[in-house]
Amino acid sequence: MDWLTSFPQMNDALLRDLKKTIDDGFRAFTRAYGDSIEAFFEPLRWFLVQSERFMTQTPWPIILILVALIAWAASRNWRVVAGAVGTLVLIGYFGMWEDTMRTISMIVVCTVLSIAVGIPLGIWMARSDRVRAFVNPILDVMQTMPSFVYLIPVVMLLGIGKVPGLIAVVIYALPPMIRLTDLGIRLVDRDVIEAADAFGASSWQKLWTVQLPLALPTIMTGVNQTIMMALAMVVIAAMIGVQGLGQPVLKAISNQYFTLGMFNGLAIVGIAVMFDRVSQAYGRRLQRHREVVHG
Amino acid sequence: MAEPPSGGTGIEIRNLYKIFGANGAAYVDAVRAGMTKAELNRRHAHVLGLDDINISMPAGSIQVIMGLSGSGKSTLIRHVNRLIDPTFGQVLVGGQDVVAMSPDELRAFRRHQTAMVFQKFALLPHRTVLDNAVYGLEVQGAPRAEQRERAMRWIERVGLNGYEDRYPNQLSGGMQQRVGLARALTNDAPILLMDEAYSALDPLIRVDMQTVLLDLQKELRKTIVFITHDLDEALRLGDQIAILRDGRVIQQGTSQDIVLRPADDYVATFVREVNRGRVIRVDAVMGPPDASAPAGPQVAPETTLDAAVKQMVSNSVDAMSVVGADGRVIGRLDMPRAIAAMVTPAAGGG
Repeated sequence: MDWLTSFPQMNDALLRDLKKTIDDGFRAFTRAYGDSIEAFFEPLRWFLVQSERFMTQTPWPIILILVALIAWAASRNWRVVAGAVGTLVLIGYFGMWEDTMRTISMIVVCTVLSIAVGIPLGIWMARSDRVRAFVNPILDVMQTMPSFVYLIPVVMLLGIGKVPGLIAVVIYALPPMIRLTDLGIRLVDRDVIEAADAFGASSWQKLWTVQLPLALPTIMTGVNQTIMMALAMVVIAAMIGVQGLGQPVLKAISNQYFTLGMFNGLAIVGIAVMFDRVSQAYGRRLQRHREVVHG
Repeated sequence: MAEPPSGGTGIEIRNLYKIFGANGAAYVDAVRAGMTKAELNRRHAHVLGLDDINISMPAGSIQVIMGLSGSGKSTLIRHVNRLIDPTFGQVLVGGQDVVAMSPDELRAFRRHQTAMVFQKFALLPHRTVLDNAVYGLEVQGAPRAEQRERAMRWIERVGLNGYEDRYPNQLSGGMQQRVGLARALTNDAPILLMDEAYSALDPLIRVDMQTVLLDLQKELRKTIVFITHDLDEALRLGDQIAILRDGRVIQQGTSQDIVLRPADDYVATFVREVNRGRVIRVDAVMGPPDASAPAGPQVAPETTLDAAVKQMVSNSVDAMSVVGADGRVIGRLDMPRAIAAMVTPAAGGG
């Protein structure tokens, strides 16, 4: 009855060989192409370094003013501006200014990258059911695969540092950007699309004058989600050497420093709330035309 | 009837078939050989949308296509600018076959030859009234200043003065459709396609908008294709009317033809509800001139019976001379004849 209680599995030796072959293959690939892949990501690293340098070396009052201006431009709401500035002041007062600046820099770069990759991909998906059928399962894997698993090959290829951290964060944060762009465009009222067709709009004109503007609120939700997910990855990214609020959290875990962990954790939450309120207020402002409905 | 066109663009629809389904083209021959809509649906699970449509729409006149929902009228109008591809047949616009156009030619054709007004308005909700009105010109790539100037002219013309910076959601349905009309007119195309443009409006506003259209048409002389399910609207607007049922044209003609000589019981059922006095014109029922009878007051041949009878009553006479545009007497209308035409006929009457 042995065969009933233990699942009939592949022969141990075979399984070991299989794993070894894949590992060796990947290692060989790393040795052969690691450098060129690293070179390929060099512009990204430069971008990250510049952005971090800007955030950490600019005098703090200027950063505060910049944040206030951006929050005002996006929301036109004094309470949102006061909330954003207040959060940063509080974080700075508790001694986490520099780490916070590093984290914000990372989040901004990740978000910009996710938007730059996600919107075109989302548009492509919205235009072709075949692309959609192909991309959707990949996005499912990106969202459900535990991040530690894809950290392994990324670290093997690129080592420890900012760029692998960035890639890990983007892999996790990109899917909502793509999905919501696709969804937003697909949800655009067919009647309006038909009207654009009837006036002889080319597909680019349709995209720019009808589909993207009408999908914009949904796309903004995608941006918001992407930012939130990127923030959720801060601690994991810290494990592979990304500096910022994640590193003190890691230190707190290994040394059981409750307060240190709490403070940094709350700082991440504070930034998250700040990003969320500002981006949502901007999203709402984009939809002003929907608000006043004739009775 | 319309005056002779002044070099406008007419539309000829010839042997047009549309079969909806995965493989519509395969059944064209069967349908042409006489397979019915029901049979096609039952045996091959394809839907016969349009069945051998032949309509000739002269340039500069209003062609109304009337039918109930499911009759294929909205499908038919979408063949004129090929928003829907036909399964078989020709759509000739100004002598050019729309069906044979390449995508680029089709886009140019839609930009410059046609403009469309939609039942659900289909305005761009994120744009103001002015930015909606310029849309056609924007797509054409006209200079921005010219776009605004031309759009403003039509916004004023349809009575939206002062609303150009509002968003569509801030306007009532009637106002929104004025925007739709302004957008179409700004395009300055010879053909205006109106797909149940007024069906979503309240009755009074609808009549209002019909008047706007008729007034505009007096000077524009565009070729207008107007879709409606409302016979009153059809009779009021149409220089020519085609009645559609189950994808077939069951009667074509002027409003007088439809009201006085309905082709079958189906049309007759509709016509029964019509206010005949307001539709039937004097020249459609007048008798021959009668030199021996007293002349009576003069009346123009295109006057409605309603107006003519009113005139007779107020003048206390029971007959009038019908006088053409050139001043010659072309007929005579007496009270019994007028009344007989105005009341709903029993079978065979009129």
